[in-house]
Amino acid sequence: MTGVLTLYRTSVGKKVIMAVTGFILVGFVVFHMYGNLKMYQGPEVFNAYAAGLRELGYPVFGHEHLLWVARVVLLASVVLHIWSATMLTMQSQKNTFANAVGGLKRYGEKKRQTGYAAYTMRFGGVLIFLFIIYHLLHLTFGVVGYGPGEFRHPHGGEFQVYSNVVIGFQNPLISGFYIFTMIFLGLHLYHGVWSMFQTLGLNSAVYTRLLRGLAILVALAVVIGNISFPIAVMAGIVGPAA
Amino acid sequence: MKLTLKVWRQKNGKTPGEFKTYQADHVSPDMSFLEMLDVVNQDLIIKGEEPIAFDHDCREGICGMCSLMINGVAHGPKQAITTCQLHMRSFNDGDTITIEPWRALPFPIIKDLVVDRSSFDRIIQAGGYISVSTGSAPDANTIPVPKPDADKAMDAATCIGCGACVAACPNGSAMLFVAAKAAHLSFLPQGQTERHQRAVNMVMQQDLEGFGNCTNIGECSAVCPKEISMDTIARLNRDLIVASLKGIEPTVQPAKAKAS
Repeated sequence: MTGVLTLYRTSVGKKVIMAVTGFILVGFVVFHMYGNLKMYQGPEVFNAYAAGLRELGYPVFGHEHLLWVARVVLLASVVLHIWSATMLTMQSQKNTFANAVGGLKRYGEKKRQTGYAAYTMRFGGVLIFLFIIYHLLHLTFGVVGYGPGEFRHPHGGEFQVYSNVVIGFQNPLISGFYIFTMIFLGLHLYHGVWSMFQTLGLNSAVYTRLLRGLAILVALAVVIGNISFPIAVMAGIVGPAA
Repeated sequence: MKLTLKVWRQKNGKTPGEFKTYQADHVSPDMSFLEMLDVVNQDLIIKGEEPIAFDHDCREGICGMCSLMINGVAHGPKQAITTCQLHMRSFNDGDTITIEPWRALPFPIIKDLVVDRSSFDRIIQAGGYISVSTGSAPDANTIPVPKPDADKAMDAATCIGCGACVAACPNGSAMLFVAAKAAHLSFLPQGQTERHQRAVNMVMQQDLEGFGNCTNIGECSAVCPKEISMDTIARLNRDLIVASLKGIEPTVQPAKAKAS
């Protein structure tokens, strides 16, 4: 059994943890984007979606059971994803700062040979983490971004998420922050989706184009879908319930 | 051609280094990059100054000794060649060229542009071998090897261990080197016996030496003079995962890594 600890001990093992948790989180963001598309079908459908999430897996699973399983798995994934990324980044930086020219600059001159997305993974990751905290405080708990009484908490099994979204996104600053973060989420997904197959050893010359294509598809779907929500609210396409 | 060189000069590992500027006024476009440095050094020797120390050996791209970061790119601006195969016709008259050593914790600078790459040797010792029966030489072709596998093993085996991958990698990771050396053996029937132990040991040794880790960026493959593919890294990752599931533990000792 202790051989499994090899995953914890080696850098590649920590990357495997990052890839597996990343896979779970990619699944979540795709599902989250898809679910939110229901806001285009009006307040009734969208509010019923929020209520329906509590009955996910019914009648096999009880009220909110599967939702709590998902919450625990997602939270654990976020923690492990960040933990492995931090450990790996520290390992790398100890190395690259060693013979540095001075300060944090490794070379006097360094030219990039490859794409941009991979270089924003760490910045994007931190940004997305801060965004998740804000997003939960904003649209889930309603403690930031709303005037008094504007946020309508769930009451007696009734959800008013439609009105919360519409009022929340009418603030252009908040919507701007959402859109800005989604661009970095897209870059994170573009590198991350391909990268997780590479890390899990499922990539090869035969599949690499296919997997790059899949990464582009996932990134574009999530970014375009998610960005459309604040834009639709600000443009009045998704307006207050009549 | 007249060139301005910005060269990293460092007396030894303990003394901090700095960039010094030199004029190279008599450069022929037909010179190799190292011949150009030879000419500059000749001038320095005549002037009574310390010549620039740089690594070199075969000067035909197969030994892996030359190791220069030229204008921020390992082995210079051309693809799939080593520094010694780079010719001055790749530059323009009047150019300023920045020359730096590989920079990574497991590559301590010995002098100027020369770094100690023994950490690579210790990674090879950790797993880059196969078990064979000694005695009389076996008949040729007794073990059949599929042609595609033989080709892939050869592609990986072209790695000359120059360290450009580490130098170019923003994380200073040696994964491309480790993966090439592991793939070279794991594609062949002779390399199967130690395949999974090898993956664990070589990755572990890589970590112990203080290299960074792979973020799948691809800078390594882009500067590799032998164009080793990142597929080898995926293959090594796969071997390590299988090894973990099999319960294989690393047998390399932390003490074997150079204390730094």
